[in-house]
This record gives sequence, structure tokens and C-alpha cells, in this order.
Amino acid sequence: MFGTTLMLAFREITRHILRSFLTTLGIIIGVAAVITMVTLGKGVTADIEEQISSLGSNVFFVFPIATDRGQFRPFDERDVEAVREQIAGVNFVAGQVERNVIAFHNGQDWRSKVEGVENEFLDARGIELEEGRRFTPAEESAGANVCIIGPTVRDEIFPPSQSPIGERMRLDNVACQVIGVFATRGSVGGGGDDDNAIFMPLNNVQRRFMGNDNIGYMVVAYDSAYSSEVMTLALIDLMRERRVLLEGQANDFDIVDTAQINETVAATVGTMTGVVALIAAISLIVGGVGIMNIMLVSVTERTREIGIRLAIGALAREVQLQFLTEAVVLCCFGGLIGILLALGISVALTSAIDLPFLFDPFINVLSFVISAVIGIVFGYFPARRASKLDPIEALRHE
Amino acid sequence: MIGEPIIELRGITKTFGQGAAAFQALKGVDLTIERGDFVAVMGPSGSGKSTTMNILGCLDTPTTGVFRFLGTEVQSLTRDQRSLLRRKYLGFVFQGFNLLARTSAVENVELPLIYRGQSKEARREAALKSLDRVGLVPWADHTPAELSGGQQQRVAIARALVTDPEVLLADEPTGNLDSERSLEIMQFLVELNRTGITILMVTHEAEMAEFAKTIIHFKDGLVERIERGHRSGERLEPAGAH
Repeated sequence: MFGTTLMLAFREITRHILRSFLTTLGIIIGVAAVITMVTLGKGVTADIEEQISSLGSNVFFVFPIATDRGQFRPFDERDVEAVREQIAGVNFVAGQVERNVIAFHNGQDWRSKVEGVENEFLDARGIELEEGRRFTPAEESAGANVCIIGPTVRDEIFPPSQSPIGERMRLDNVACQVIGVFATRGSVGGGGDDDNAIFMPLNNVQRRFMGNDNIGYMVVAYDSAYSSEVMTLALIDLMRERRVLLEGQANDFDIVDTAQINETVAATVGTMTGVVALIAAISLIVGGVGIMNIMLVSVTERTREIGIRLAIGALAREVQLQFLTEAVVLCCFGGLIGILLALGISVALTSAIDLPFLFDPFINVLSFVISAVIGIVFGYFPARRASKLDPIEALRHE
Repeated sequence: MIGEPIIELRGITKTFGQGAAAFQALKGVDLTIERGDFVAVMGPSGSGKSTTMNILGCLDTPTTGVFRFLGTEVQSLTRDQRSLLRRKYLGFVFQGFNLLARTSAVENVELPLIYRGQSKEARREAALKSLDRVGLVPWADHTPAELSGGQQQRVAIARALVTDPEVLLADEPTGNLDSERSLEIMQFLVELNRTGITILMVTHEAEMAEFAKTIIHFKDGLVERIERGHRSGERLEPAGAH
């Protein structure tokens, strides 16, 4: 019986193919809009998350900042040591200084920056090497003239056919030998190109470029078993103690937590996606009203048919089921077309604005189910009206 | 069992509307129809013959009175119970044929079987058998628009017969047909009646009513008189011979 009802519904819908299509247009557009919005939202989130994870996960950045009175006290190697020794759960901690330089090689020059780091910095930031090697302990302690360059630097001043390993280059007027190239880590949120950097041993950069022992910022990578909140509190306590801040004095340093940025950004994008998808969902309701309208027209048009069916013994609920099935099938068709449309639009848009395309099965299934529910909700009233018709009146209907 | 009462009406009244606008279409109809009868119901418009047929077809209920169909008191049944009664025991033929448009003859004939929950194959087989009885198997795949009036009415009869009903109700079955086609249909109904099926037919054409065994005349909401059809005993050529 239900198979037959389904078949009848299919036939009735295909009989007026253009009308059926126009009727479901609201559903099609609604479903396509909702899915596209959610898919794009996921793409944006994933893109941002990927950028943030290039900072390393479970990582804090600790910066000195000026006090209210304008005093600025930088960190030094002893601060790094203190964090390493005195805070539980710290996996890696490393200081960093940086300065803009111009890199020269074989007549080519390129504006870049030199970062004074140690191997532990690479561990803390999760930076891998594409080729070559890290610093040796001897190079680190002596502050040797060796460097690990970023892919951008390699591409800009070394010929593509040649490996830069072992080559000598000059940074401003400091010569150094290339010992490695780090793997691309992308760029974080528009803040320049992180691949455009040259790592040299910290000691060397402090001595030759900065002329002091200061450290620009600390990277602290911690065990994921420790919560971000606990680690933050421990860091604040330690740094306040070391910097002899009295109660009531504001912190003259700042802690940036990548996990927190991640959460904040994901939550913001999630909220925005939700709002936009909700607005798109309004067209689903408009689509439902369209379905109801056409179903009411259909019931009027087919009054005589309903009369015949009732006269030959159809039960009220069978007539109701028939019209309800029609509305639901119509909406499901709309949902399917909407899903396909959304797929096309999402793929096109993500590739156009260079976002990852992430197919979200949940929102697709959900949209389809919602289409079917709209069919039930908005098909119910017309179907009920059909089932309530008086067979005698219906048969007389012209 | 031919001769036993299949339909009994006792003191049937039917009032439409209420208060001052109320109109009493039936004013106390008593009637007994026996199994195997071929009844023609006649009368001027407004005489109550259509109202009576609607009640007999279980499409409508009387305001007062008792309508016994196959022993069941129909006046106290619900809408759905009457639907089930129609589905099981009644076949309908209408003046306007009332076939589903853009639907093939065989599918029109299958329609009542859908509500009996029969499989697609069983439906098709029964529908073709029924179409064979009215001689329209070659037209099975044609839609009503492609059929003549007489053919359409034969499809409608095939549809009414496909469930093997106890009673066939025909409302002006020849009303939209020319006289030759009308005779064809009447001959077919007579043949059908000979196989044992009870036929109730509303008509305003005396010529057609003459084929029935019993002619009931209505007037002003009451049965005026009952007579025998004059041609009911005549031997007729089999239907579809033309």
C-alpha cells in the first residue's frame, strides 16, 4: 500500500514537472544556502585553525610589555631557565629575539628577518626541517655562524636547481653557512610570511645583531595533561615573583595562549556560521509555505479525483496519506537538489577563495531531514482538507 | 441467494439545511430490494431519487430511519466504516464516467484494488480480466481522452466490476451517451444482471428504465409507485457485438 502511494506521488509530481520544480524552489534554495554557509564556515574555521596550529599546540607566548609608567623590562636567559626549572608540565621553553635584515647570496638580495633561537625553540613551535640539520650543541653554545633558512628565503635568493645546504650567505654584514631549510609553516592570520625567516643560534644573534642579552619573547610548550588555566596561573606567579611586582601592580608581561585563540576564533566563526545559516533557513520556511500553497491548489484541482477515490472506498486517512506523501516527496526532491546545488556552489566558492572544502555529512543529512519535516508540516493541512471532502460534493465538482 | 432482501429502507427521511431553510428531500421512504434484482429509479428532479441513491450507495446517511444493507444497519456507521462497506460490496458507475484523467484505462480499473492492498501483479491481472468483460482489452493503455464516451463508460463499468461487488450502482449511466451507445450499455447491464449481480440504476429516460426488472417512481420525496420493466424479459444480443 505504501509503495503504491509513493509511486502515485512520484507520478503526480513528474506529471507537472515544471510546477513541481518551481514549487520546491524555496526548499532548494533554502537547503543549498544552509549547507553552503555551514560548509564555508567549516572551511574558514579549519583554515584559521590550521594557521593557529602552525604556532604549535599547547603553546604560550610570553612577552614583556611596558608598565603604566612606560617602563619596559625585557626577559633574559635566566627567565627562560626559571620557567624550565620551576614550572611543572613544561615540555619545552625557549627564548627568541629577531631583527629585520637583508639576506645576500650570489648577487641576490632579499628582505627577511633573523631569529635567534635554539633547537628547543623548534621543538616548542613544532617546526620541522625540510632538509639539512639542526644546530649542534657546540654551535648553540658558541653562537656559530650557521643558519636554518625558511622556504621563502630559499626560493627568493637560491636558484631552484641548487640545494642551499652548505652555501654561504650574508645577513646584513654577518656571514653564515646554511645548514638547513625548515618546512613551510604558512602564515598566521595575515601577519606576514612566517616562512620568510632565518634562524641562527640565539647567542650569535644577541651578540652580533642586538648587542645585548635580551630575549624578545619566550615560547612555552606544555604537556597537554595540564590545563591552560593552571599553566597560565603558574607562569603569572613565577614571572611576577621574578620581576618583583607588588600586590596591586599590573603585570608587565603578557601571555598569549594558542589554545585560547583557537577556541575564541572557532567559537566566533561558529556563531557567525550559525547566524548566517539561520537566516538562510528562513527561506526553508518560505519554501514550506510555497509547498502548502501548491498542495492546496492541487487539492482543489483534484477534487473530483478525491471524490472518486472516496466513493470507491478509500478511507479518509488513505487520501490524507496520499497527499501528505506527495508533499513529502516533493520536499525531499527539493532537499536532494538543494544538496547537490550546495555541493557545486561550495566546491566552486572554496576553490575560488582558497579555503579547504570540508564536506559535512551531518548538515547534509540534517537539511534533508528538515526538508522532509517541512513536507509533513506544510503538507498536513492540505492533505487533511482533501481527506475531509464530502464524496458527493467532490464528485459534483467541476 | 436470489430473492432474499439485500437492501431494506424503513421510514427513511433526509433533511438538508436547518431552521427555516430546511428542505426535506425524503419524507419516509420504505423500500426492499432483493438480491439479483435490476432496479431502475425514476422521477423528476427534486423527487428524491438522487438522495436515495446516495444513501443506498453509503455515501450519505439518512436523517432518520433504518437502512439495512446485507443485514448491517448503515445509518449508525462511521464515515470510514461506510467507506469499507463501499470498498467491499459496492461498485459505482457515474453519469460523467468519472475516470481519472491522464491515467490509462487499465490503471483506472485497478484503482479500487489499490485500496484492497493487492499486489501490482494481482491488480493488473484482475483489471485486464475486468476490461475483457467489457471488451476493451485492446484499449487498456489508452487514457480517457483517447476513448469515446461509450468506451469510457465501459471502462467505468469495468472499474466497478473489478472488485466483484454485490451491488452495482449506476447514476444516469447513459446520460452522456447517444442512443446507440446507451443501448449498448443497457444491454451490457442486463447481461451483467443475469450473472447474479444486483443493479440499482437512476435514470430519467423511460426507454432505458424499461430494461430493468423493477422500476421505482419517486415523487416529492416518496415512492410513488413500483412497476415491472416491459423489456426485462427480452432476449438481447450480447454486449459489444456491434
